[in-house]
Amino acid sequence: MSIAVTTQLICFSVLSLVVIIGALGVVLLESIVYSAFLLCGVFLSIAGLYLLLNASFVAAAQVLVYVGAVNVLIIFAIMLVNKKEDLKPIDNLKSRKIISTAICLTLVSLLIRVDLSKVWVIASPSSSIGEESTFRIGEHLFSDYLLPFEVASVLLLMAMIGAIVLARKDVMNKDIATGLPVDQELIEKTKEPFLIKKN
Amino acid sequence: MENGLDLEYIFNEFLKGLGLSSEIAHIIWLPLPMLLVLVSAVVGVLVTVWLERKISAAAQQRIGPEYAGALGVLQPIADGLKLLVKEDIIPAKADSILFTAGPILVLIPVILSWLIIPFGQNLLISNVGIGIFLWIALSSIQPIGLLMSGYASNNKYSLLGGLRAAAQSISYEIPLALSVLAIVLMTNSLSTIDIVNQQSGAGILSWNIWRQPIGFIIFWICALAECERLPFDLPEAEEELVAGYQTEYAGMKFALFYLGSYINLILSALLVSILYLGGWGFPIPIEIIAEFLNIPINAPLIQVFTASIGIIMTVLKAYILVFIAILLRWTTPRVRIDQLLDLGWKFLLPISLANLLLTAGLKLAFPKFFGG
Repeated sequence: MSIAVTTQLICFSVLSLVVIIGALGVVLLESIVYSAFLLCGVFLSIAGLYLLLNASFVAAAQVLVYVGAVNVLIIFAIMLVNKKEDLKPIDNLKSRKIISTAICLTLVSLLIRVDLSKVWVIASPSSSIGEESTFRIGEHLFSDYLLPFEVASVLLLMAMIGAIVLARKDVMNKDIATGLPVDQELIEKTKEPFLIKKN
Repeated sequence: MENGLDLEYIFNEFLKGLGLSSEIAHIIWLPLPMLLVLVSAVVGVLVTVWLERKISAAAQQRIGPEYAGALGVLQPIADGLKLLVKEDIIPAKADSILFTAGPILVLIPVILSWLIIPFGQNLLISNVGIGIFLWIALSSIQPIGLLMSGYASNNKYSLLGGLRAAAQSISYEIPLALSVLAIVLMTNSLSTIDIVNQQSGAGILSWNIWRQPIGFIIFWICALAECERLPFDLPEAEEELVAGYQTEYAGMKFALFYLGSYINLILSALLVSILYLGGWGFPIPIEIIAEFLNIPINAPLIQVFTASIGIIMTVLKAYILVFIAILLRWTTPRVRIDQLLDLGWKFLLPISLANLLLTAGLKLAFPKFFGG
């Protein structure tokens, strides 16, 4: 076995181990913060797997979008609403867990079945386009995948409008349900100085 | 400058001459440029720390470090040694795993980004096809490390600092990426080598700063914000947040943050010089000088000479920018967090979008000057 193949094998096994263990940790850990940080590890290792497949542009896009944007926003949201709240214990937790495990295992078996029954076409390394892929992705996005690409941007626009409506509460500054004024304070501001409050 | 010196090839041929197989020669070669770049990054940090101390002293009419070596040049080394031997404290109520992982996650992406910094035609670790995009992707990992250390410190100032750092980094990444995109549009390539070569036609006149003046200013502002330098150093604003996310850190873990921020500063300065100031190019093209002096450009000795001029020019341009950054730090007041976010989202983002549109239009109208 040549050195390049050995390196690839080691990288592949380490990355897939991190993906599997990390993903299990995301689901099974009690602390939501740990789950969010582990999710970042999972995303990074998937980017590593893309790199092994010679898709460096997809790998970088994965890091930029999933780690840099999605995951940062998840962690950001968790930390902004870090309220110490006693949650009510959920009834029949055990049976819920058993049912969800069963559903997940069914899905996994389905995936394994698909994987085993389909004959995968594996491109030979010589036909791999490698660094060319950036150009190819661009060509495809603006020719045969133009419609999905544009539809995705409409989706983003909708999300953006929704976010703006949520953020611009000063337009409707009364809570619809209670009729009380909506709290528009920034997280860094306190309504009155701490020292006065104590007296 | 099409081929230039190829050190890797020469080195591998030399080792093959000693009777080693090409694979082993390659493995021996691999760590060398990485180590070299790591060492030069750390030396660059030492120089920058010394400059920061001296320039801040000059700005405040003090003398600055004086006794450690001539003009205090050994002061940063003394600082580093002090941090190295200091006790490493993890606060009792902190989350020790995340507390340790945070600074590492901040430093690694910054160092990895040096992969794409060219000091000459072949003088870079790897000419990866995605080039500058790799840096944009890697720099987006950093806020996770900052959030992690802010959260793990179990301290409200740290948490606020981490949140601010993440918010700032997300807001300024978008105009940064858009202004890089305008350059990429002109170059037709993401590779840093191609970006520099595209500017090498007519010396100083063909530098991107003339074709992308708006992009240059946006990029510089965003780079300062990404490095958390004053006037944008809100994550560690000492009057409000003690020291932001690094409040609880001591010893080597603090040093990692310190090192990370200075390596990031040098990296940003290098990238500005590569993207906008012609990279390793001399203000007058080397080819013209060689022709004027009747020297063959491909002679080995001339190649060594041009390569060293390339390195000197890259480092010189970067350090002029570092000097401006330091001068800005010691002469400008800090903006408020809402002003910072307003500047990012309401001013820089629309302007950089307009800049991108303008570049695309100019590229269609004048393909000769804006890359066809």
